[in-house]
Amino acid sequence: MPVKFAFKDSVEETRLVKKRVLIAGIAISFLIVFLLLRLIYLQIMQHDHFITLSQNNRVKVVPIPPIRGLIYSRDGVLLAENQPAFSLEVIPEKVTDLDALLSEISTIVMIEEDDIRRFRKAIKEKRRFESVPLKYNLDEAEVARFSVDNHRFPAVEVVARPYRRYPLKDLTAHILGYVGRIDENDLENLDVSNYLGSTHTGKIGIEKAYEKILHGQVGHQQVEVNAQGRVIRVLERTPPQPGKNIYLTIDAGLQKEAMDSLKGKRGAIVAMDPNNGDILALASTPSYDPNLFVNGIDHLTYNKLLSSKDTPLVNRVLQGTYPPGSTIKPFMGLVALSYSVRRPDDDIWCPGWYTLKGSSHLYRDWKKQGHGQVDLHYAIMQSCDVYYYDLANDLGIDRLHDGLTYFGFGEKTGIDIGGEAVGLVPSPEWKRKVYNQPWFPGETLIAGIGQGSLLITPLQLVRATASLANDGHLFAPHLAFESADQISNNHDLLQSIQSEDIEIYNQMQWNTIKKAMVDVVHDEHGTARGSGYNAKYMFAGKTGTAQVIAIAQDEEYKEDDVPEEFQDHALFIAYAPAEKPMIAVVVVVENGGSGSRSAAPVARRLFDYYLKDTVKGSG
Amino acid sequence: MEDKSLAQKMHIDMHLLFGILLLCGIGLIMIYSAGGQDIKLVLRQAVIMLIALMLMIAVAQINPYQLQRWSIWFYLFSIILLIIVLYAGHIGKGAQRWLNLGLFKFQPSEIMKLGVPMVIAWYISGSSLPPAIMRVLTSCLMIMIPVLLIAKQPDLGTALLVATAGFAVLFIAGISWRFIISVMVIIASAAPVLWHFMHDYQKRRVLTFLNPEQDPLGAGYHTIQSKIAIGSGGLFGKGWLNGTQSHLEFLPERSTDFIFAVFSEEFGLMGVILLLTAYSYIIARGLLIALNAQQTYGKLLASGLILTFFVYVFVNVGMVTGQLPVVGVPLPLISHGGTSIVTLMLGFGILMSISTHRRMLSG
Repeated sequence: MPVKFAFKDSVEETRLVKKRVLIAGIAISFLIVFLLLRLIYLQIMQHDHFITLSQNNRVKVVPIPPIRGLIYSRDGVLLAENQPAFSLEVIPEKVTDLDALLSEISTIVMIEEDDIRRFRKAIKEKRRFESVPLKYNLDEAEVARFSVDNHRFPAVEVVARPYRRYPLKDLTAHILGYVGRIDENDLENLDVSNYLGSTHTGKIGIEKAYEKILHGQVGHQQVEVNAQGRVIRVLERTPPQPGKNIYLTIDAGLQKEAMDSLKGKRGAIVAMDPNNGDILALASTPSYDPNLFVNGIDHLTYNKLLSSKDTPLVNRVLQGTYPPGSTIKPFMGLVALSYSVRRPDDDIWCPGWYTLKGSSHLYRDWKKQGHGQVDLHYAIMQSCDVYYYDLANDLGIDRLHDGLTYFGFGEKTGIDIGGEAVGLVPSPEWKRKVYNQPWFPGETLIAGIGQGSLLITPLQLVRATASLANDGHLFAPHLAFESADQISNNHDLLQSIQSEDIEIYNQMQWNTIKKAMVDVVHDEHGTARGSGYNAKYMFAGKTGTAQVIAIAQDEEYKEDDVPEEFQDHALFIAYAPAEKPMIAVVVVVENGGSGSRSAAPVARRLFDYYLKDTVKGSG
Repeated sequence: MEDKSLAQKMHIDMHLLFGILLLCGIGLIMIYSAGGQDIKLVLRQAVIMLIALMLMIAVAQINPYQLQRWSIWFYLFSIILLIIVLYAGHIGKGAQRWLNLGLFKFQPSEIMKLGVPMVIAWYISGSSLPPAIMRVLTSCLMIMIPVLLIAKQPDLGTALLVATAGFAVLFIAGISWRFIISVMVIIASAAPVLWHFMHDYQKRRVLTFLNPEQDPLGAGYHTIQSKIAIGSGGLFGKGWLNGTQSHLEFLPERSTDFIFAVFSEEFGLMGVILLLTAYSYIIARGLLIALNAQQTYGKLLASGLILTFFVYVFVNVGMVTGQLPVVGVPLPLISHGGTSIVTLMLGFGILMSISTHRRMLSG
């Protein structure tokens, strides 16, 4: 189209266009100012807000779990350690064909259907570059086999993570307890922020009681992450504070002796240093392997442990409540002396039975033909029941109850691990409350020889035994005595030694009982003379036989006729050396028959072991 | 005019060239930062810029009369290419925009950014201004045919810019305000109908624009991350190569549509002021060229081109700062990518042609 236009029009047109261009220019200026204001708003006024958002975007805080403290015995044997356990992990983003990979790996390492199901679920929950465990707890052969073929699987790696291991297994299970994976119940009691990176926590035993000290303090790592969450670099690091090591009062050698002595039996042994309350050995059999619990025990094994008639999960030293049988007699004797119900040389005639006035009921002595003339010393040495029936009758249930309470029976000892039972020192009030029945005088007699409803734990009994040895001090028993910082190696005592003095302590009365207990072991008439035979040191003890079933009036207890689970419990309490006690023990062998035969030799064996250096040294 | 400078001989407008080179320089610096410090990416972009600059100078040599004569043929040729694209185009990113020419891929919609203002300027300047209503309506038809073809690909951003180029010419040509207002009313009332014909992703973009926080990890993610980048830049910025939003990949499309956010994060408000000043300088120069153009065709075309350039900048910055919906409009001369820069440079070539040939005519 040819360009021709009138000049007049052109001037008009130029003016029109000029006007429109100016309008456009003004509009553009306004809009640019508008953009600029928007930018000032974002970059100046909202700057703080956005700088925070940008920091939140890029900086993530990653917790670094602390290393759990180790547990040692007093003689330096490692009881709980952190060992690497190997797991096979896969990084999803490096995998091209997952199914092919899985089938190829399973030719090298056994992989269960369960593993694959859990793995496929975990893969969906994690990010593409985070490794996902395919199989836990590889054994060494599997690790070795995989390592040979490692180059074929760039997406798969063997990862070592520290896991709790208890090298002595069942030997220390009832002391240490175990750690397990943190569950919902744990979360209620734990400081969640300190457990951000942690997977395990103490469930029972020392592991639970000293969780705070063993766990340590979580560390933090500020990392810069990109939009996918991949860590680009570490900005700042607060290292975790490792948990402190704990030293136990347990003597590993003595513990092994104790566990070995109970091999194949149900029973409990507890050994205590009577000078400070240190628990030297704590054995409860049968036991279990605590390592099973660390990464989750399978249901079958757990149910087997739980439903076993031998109750391996029960800590018999703390939770087992037994009638003390004749082992109560030294204490009962002291109670009678302190209430002036008896003098040491008061004696009675023992015909082998006892009756209450106005009753024909016969209370039998263990020795059918009777002990003859018996005083307190002889009654302890020979464990005369008739003497104690009479003593208990004169004492009465109220003073009997109060007297035994002085020795800490019927109350918790306050040991530093949980789960302790209270036991029972019966009283008329108790009977009325629980059974809504009156107290019968005959029950007082039965309580006098440590039977009936009187129930003690081996731990209560050892504390009371120690109070004989140490002249009237009840120590709070404890298993842990110091912690050691893993870095500075500074040792700190975990507890001050706590003891209360027994109110009824009287040196002469104590000596009377102690003399009798020495003669239990060393006198030719002592019930446990066999176990004192040929000892290089003197020790004091008292046998006990606790009835599991009542025997009818006209029946006689014959061991061979009674099935094993109804046979008597064998008990023995002792301390050694007699003149300068260093160790007090309680031995309970369930359904073990007589205390002198089953329990006392065990105590001798432990003393021999524990005192071997002392005795040699002193000549 | 015997003693013409070299620039005049070569038909180069020094003001425009200065602004263009400044922005291209900023662009290369930003592409290095946003592209993960990949020097190859920068070199490739530099080569494209160089080629585009040469094309610009080549176009500047063409007399505006010549351009005016070619306008209708150029327009028709572009329409044909657009139709071919619809049936035989290369599909990328869910849209059919590309013609594969073997050596390189080519977007016919891009050349419509030149074709539409050229043809409207040619058509309107055929009679005296202001144009008669019939002429305006015909012009609208001429604009809407390519716009709809492009929108159908779908490429909303380019369609918008092409329409802008055409209507800018009409505006400068002096169509009555009454007409402008009635068109706006019609568009506003047609919006629901338009909504009906939008693709899902386009609808989502509009919804997201209206409330980005509603879906922070989904469609609103772009806008939110982009605002964080800009806002956290502050007055002086985090420094070149130190933008965490872009380098840690929080920011999407960082070397293309969202490069302004990277720039704002690293250079702060001071950098932004410099950048907007550079753009304003080019726009002001463009408007001046339009005013001084001697023939109506030149005035209209120059205005159309420079207004489109402004809309380019405004839509991109508005989108990145969260004031306009996310439409695929790059930041002119800075965003990475070949086609848009070539078209832009061709446009500047035309501006230079209009600017420099004027004197020769008068002389």
